[in-house]
Amino acid sequence: MDTPPIKQILEKLETKRWLFPVLLIFVFALSLVIQQFELLDPYIQLIIMYVGINIILTLSLNLINGYMGEFSVGHAGFMAIGAYVASFLTVKVFPAYMAGWLFPAAVIAGGAAAGIVGLVVAFPSFKTRGDYLAIVTLAFGMIVKSVIENIDALGGPRGFLGMEKLSTLPWVFFWVLLSVWVIRNLIYSNFGRGVLSIREDEVASDLMSVNTNHVKVLAFTVSSFFAGIAGALFAHLLQFINPRAFDIIKSTDILIMVYLGGIGSIAGSVIGATVYTVLLEVLRPMGIWRMVFMPLVLVLLMIFRPKGIMGLREFRWFVPARDMLASRLWREKKAGT
Amino acid sequence: MAVLKADNVTHYFDGLAAVSGFGLNLEPYELVGIIGPNGAGKTTIFNLITGVYKATQGSISFEGREIVGRSPSVITALGIARTFQNIRLFKELSVLDNVRIAHYARVRYSPIEALLHMGRFRREEEEIIGHSMDLLACLKLDAYADEVSKNLPYGLQRRLEITRALATRPKLLLLDEPAAGMNPNEVSQLMEFIKWIRKEFNLTILLIEHQMRLVMNICERLLVLDFGETIAQGLPREIQNDPRVLEVYLGEVQF
Repeated sequence: MDTPPIKQILEKLETKRWLFPVLLIFVFALSLVIQQFELLDPYIQLIIMYVGINIILTLSLNLINGYMGEFSVGHAGFMAIGAYVASFLTVKVFPAYMAGWLFPAAVIAGGAAAGIVGLVVAFPSFKTRGDYLAIVTLAFGMIVKSVIENIDALGGPRGFLGMEKLSTLPWVFFWVLLSVWVIRNLIYSNFGRGVLSIREDEVASDLMSVNTNHVKVLAFTVSSFFAGIAGALFAHLLQFINPRAFDIIKSTDILIMVYLGGIGSIAGSVIGATVYTVLLEVLRPMGIWRMVFMPLVLVLLMIFRPKGIMGLREFRWFVPARDMLASRLWREKKAGT
Repeated sequence: MAVLKADNVTHYFDGLAAVSGFGLNLEPYELVGIIGPNGAGKTTIFNLITGVYKATQGSISFEGREIVGRSPSVITALGIARTFQNIRLFKELSVLDNVRIAHYARVRYSPIEALLHMGRFRREEEEIIGHSMDLLACLKLDAYADEVSKNLPYGLQRRLEITRALATRPKLLLLDEPAAGMNPNEVSQLMEFIKWIRKEFNLTILLIEHQMRLVMNICERLLVLDFGETIAQGLPREIQNDPRVLEVYLGEVQF
């Protein structure tokens, strides 16, 4: 057998196991320090936080559009629900002196509200898919926007303000990590394989005993939960939200980041969100021309790399060792016995 | 007890009877073939048994349990697995993942346990990988475990589809034109292969096929369908000489 490297790979993974958490704690501490002592230009900090929020959004939409192969175009609707619920809590419900401490609860509440609505949106997906499901989600996005526009307590079309700037670098970092961790662990599980099989062939998936309805409900709920989280963070970063911030343009932005980075990939989501957000900022001096340049980049990308930067591929460190080495470990075991 | 019992099953597509009055009794370990011209309703019968379509009338029971109206995933979990006329693998996924997906109904851990990589999750995942690889090895596909399934040659894709169906641990296996696109030599191998998996996995097999040589050689019993109706059934030798069957296949026969 010519498989001695496997031992080395495993040992390497074993020795590296502590490295990852340490690295995370280090970066987390760094972000705390940066925020505390303002080591970074506030503008740069703002961009980094935007990147983080967009990573969460891209990952969550990638679960539906990339991994599951459905086509949801109303993702900004979930984001809006998270943003408004969390903002309403921190401004109107929580006492002002406690708002800072209760911020995590507000974010989670925003995510949970979006998740519950996502669960409802999952039901049409049992019978409908492709273009028709896209129209359902499109309509959903419009409904959310017009509902908010008609609730006076939320400021209607004028928007809602009064939030403190509670989204900080460490918080955004924490939520990005949590979303990466959740999506990764779910994808590399029975549930995740169900999601992938729906993308590949829904009928065959059903006939291989996958309960596709369960899988869809779970995927939509998890996806909209994180979109809600992103919305809550977004609202407490900008300190002002209005319904127009969550219209079809916003949904399209998220779609672009998903397809730019590549479908069905965590690494792709991170790269797509980062490249798109940073490029848009860097190109700001171009003025109106950046709105010509960016679509042009996308057209070229779709021609020369239709699957996006990382489409259906993954960085090694996002893949659990159990899955990456499955067949080799099995062979090793067979050879041993 | 019969493995599968279909009684007077009728199915309409917009008023057009695709299958009418279909009856079938499958005893354990039987190997039965369904033949008939294109559009005779053969695949529709598979779709009715596996729950892709819900029969308009009639009853289908599997091991004594009524299955009409149950969803395909439930029926598969009960023990009926199938392959498809045109291969329907999970193309972009690896060979191993194709087989792992077929273990879906067997998993007991919850998404939360998956999230936290708890004990039961790790144990069951190891089991699934082990069982999938064993099965692939049994069907001589283990060398391809990490290949993307769409890259396999045609014959191996067919075999992988059967492997994937076997991974659901069926008692009844439905094969929809397993010999489609195969040359005579491959068909001979396939005949041996079908007999072998029946023995190895103790299966009852129902198959649809156009290749007469295969059907006549391995099936113990045949059903002939035309325009949704069962026009003949019996031993292969009897079917071969049945005037109604000859009429369907060759046009009216002058005596």
